[in-house]
Amino acid sequence: MTRTIAQIGGPLAALLLLVAVFFAYEPLRKPFGGVPPPVEKLTVERTVLDENGIALKVRADGTEPVSVAQVQVDGAYWQFTQDPPRPVPRLASAWIKIPYPWVEGETHKILFVTRTGLTFEHEIAVAWPTPKVDAKAVWRLTLAGIFLGVVPVALGMLFYPALKTGGKTAFQFAMALTIGLLAFLLVDTLEGALEAAGQAAPGLNSAILVWIVAGLASLLLWGLAHWKGEAFTALGLATSIAFAIGVHNLGEGLAVGSAFATGAAALGGFLLLGFTLHNVTEGVGIIAPLLERRPSLAILAGLACLAGLPAMLGLWLGAFAFSSYWAALALAIGAGAILQVIIEVGLLLWNQIGGGDRTKAYAVIFTGLLVGVALMYFTGLLVQI
Amino acid sequence: MNNWWRRITMSRRGLLGAGGLALVVGAVGVARGQQGSSVEHAPVKTLPAGTVARHHAGHGGMLTVGEVDPARNGFDPSQLLTDWDRGRVRVLPDGRTLRDFDIVAEDKEVEIAPGIIFSAWTFNGRVPGPTIRVTEGDRVRIRFANAGSHPHTMHFHGIHAARMDGVPGAGEAAPGETFIYEFDAFPFGCHLYHCHSVPLKRHIHKGLYGAFIIDPDPARHPEHSEIAASRLLGTPENAHWQEFVMVMNGFDTNFDEENEVYAVNTIAHAYAHKPVAIDRRRPVRIYLINVLEFDPLNSFHLHANFFDYYDTGTTLTPTLKTVDTVMQCQAQRGIIEFTYGAHEAGMYMFHAHQSEFVELGWMGFFDVRDAVA
Repeated sequence: MTRTIAQIGGPLAALLLLVAVFFAYEPLRKPFGGVPPPVEKLTVERTVLDENGIALKVRADGTEPVSVAQVQVDGAYWQFTQDPPRPVPRLASAWIKIPYPWVEGETHKILFVTRTGLTFEHEIAVAWPTPKVDAKAVWRLTLAGIFLGVVPVALGMLFYPALKTGGKTAFQFAMALTIGLLAFLLVDTLEGALEAAGQAAPGLNSAILVWIVAGLASLLLWGLAHWKGEAFTALGLATSIAFAIGVHNLGEGLAVGSAFATGAAALGGFLLLGFTLHNVTEGVGIIAPLLERRPSLAILAGLACLAGLPAMLGLWLGAFAFSSYWAALALAIGAGAILQVIIEVGLLLWNQIGGGDRTKAYAVIFTGLLVGVALMYFTGLLVQI
Repeated sequence: MNNWWRRITMSRRGLLGAGGLALVVGAVGVARGQQGSSVEHAPVKTLPAGTVARHHAGHGGMLTVGEVDPARNGFDPSQLLTDWDRGRVRVLPDGRTLRDFDIVAEDKEVEIAPGIIFSAWTFNGRVPGPTIRVTEGDRVRIRFANAGSHPHTMHFHGIHAARMDGVPGAGEAAPGETFIYEFDAFPFGCHLYHCHSVPLKRHIHKGLYGAFIIDPDPARHPEHSEIAASRLLGTPENAHWQEFVMVMNGFDTNFDEENEVYAVNTIAHAYAHKPVAIDRRRPVRIYLINVLEFDPLNSFHLHANFFDYYDTGTTLTPTLKTVDTVMQCQAQRGIIEFTYGAHEAGMYMFHAHQSEFVELGWMGFFDVRDAVA
């Protein structure tokens, strides 16, 4: 025991000593002629526009705490208060409140000037009152969430009888279609995660975290599904698909919610309709593994909620409390879950082909994959603003 | 790629680029009592202009925050206004006056707006450099020592020999070196000096400039001797005037070849935070010089009043009469004369009439009083 402690403690102590020596002598200082100017970075994480003006939550990054010396709004120095008022330490955040008479529907540019004279620009593309958290707003977002998530998934499930009558071929087709649509969602979710990561403070290394979290989520879900060594039941697979799609829909909700909050989604109705059509395909994917049994209505409803309700949660979060960093991580979990489900469905399909007419099976599967991706792509076009 | 994330975060004007998501964010909080705002696209009242402004003191909230500490900078913009450097005076055998000046170029950090530290290059540790004030016909001798980190010169806008021009190859002092400029002070007027080392833009905008005023000698201008006397520092006629030097400048703090801060005499909003006191009963004369880099023009606008303007100050009669705005390109300068004698006491604003410059620091007030202690 003592030996183990010494074996671990020894190297750690040496490491601490190294750090101490480095800071005491600063070997890099001499050859490069004194202290270089600090590296500074400021990222805006949240924007609130209301009757008090503009409030911005900024996160600092750099070699020293960032002092916001002055703030320009639209090219004019403006009085502001900072909370907390001290320089913002690395990776910490602060609220900057500016009593600026912003104009609805117009663009405002904020420029933070730091102590060293560096500037960080932040654009409010379309100024719009930030929604207040009240019963009415929550109710509207809830309705929108159900419309965005649950309804289309349930609609997709209505294809159940049609697929069921098609027999084995229909099953293969539906499973292949599911893989196609999941593949599409995987790329889409990863892109979303990486984009959100790109907007978080760079010091948080969010992009790397996206890959790690996606991989871990995938492994963890795999482990959870198979830890008893049993193969997936059809219902288990359907549940996995529903869960993965649910996390993806959470991401969609986040994006739509934050767009609503800032008035960027002026074409909100059309946008929502586009997403609804887009998500119908997801319903087909969820029921695909269940074609060979007869699920109860309650189970179908439960699966629809599992896949759809996260959209509502996303809308709430997106509209009222949004952070690029957490959005990136949530989407990464979604990507991991989708990857795991793709593998599950793929295995199932592989085992299913078994004997019989392989050529026909391959043709059906290829067509299914193609139709799945194509459906997602073309309904996705509807979401364009 | 069909990316809903990117698409959704685009505004209806398509203004939001890749850097956009962080700003399309909603948030909890600050939710005090505004009715009628929900997430739907309902008509919402625009924030009425002035609602917030009324709660804030000082120019409707459109001001820099905080104050610059003059002790830290080593110079006070309120004192720069009237800080004339007349040199060490000696009478030469031929009866002429010799004025000796010692000027040192040094690197220095200057707080140009509250909290913003600019790595400046200075003459005698201040921006603008000392206001050199001599009389027409004086012999001027300037011992220029370069204690800075780069070669520098002093290039005077005046009449002198090529050897004394203060350009690379003629009067440039390398770090640690000294050069002595010597010339006769002509013509009278409101002039300037600046470093002419290359790269020129950088050497000027980092702070190497100052006012160079040559007062007219009344004896040389019998037709306007009284006016000339009023311009000559130290005469009884001149004592009646309230004279100020204002060097219009700007600072590019982030190296994008645009100024983040505009000012007169360096400190943004200095005379807005601490107005220039004026005795209503006495006339005012401003030596106005534009050294602004990166913008082609600068200007001076006086509120609620008109003035006479002497372009370059080389005449004793105005070159522009009864105007309230003049513009100057870089190195253009002139003398402004006015009085608030017929006005009531109060705060009278002055500023560049490029609104952009006003909003970025070039604005101040004259505190016109019935008497100034």
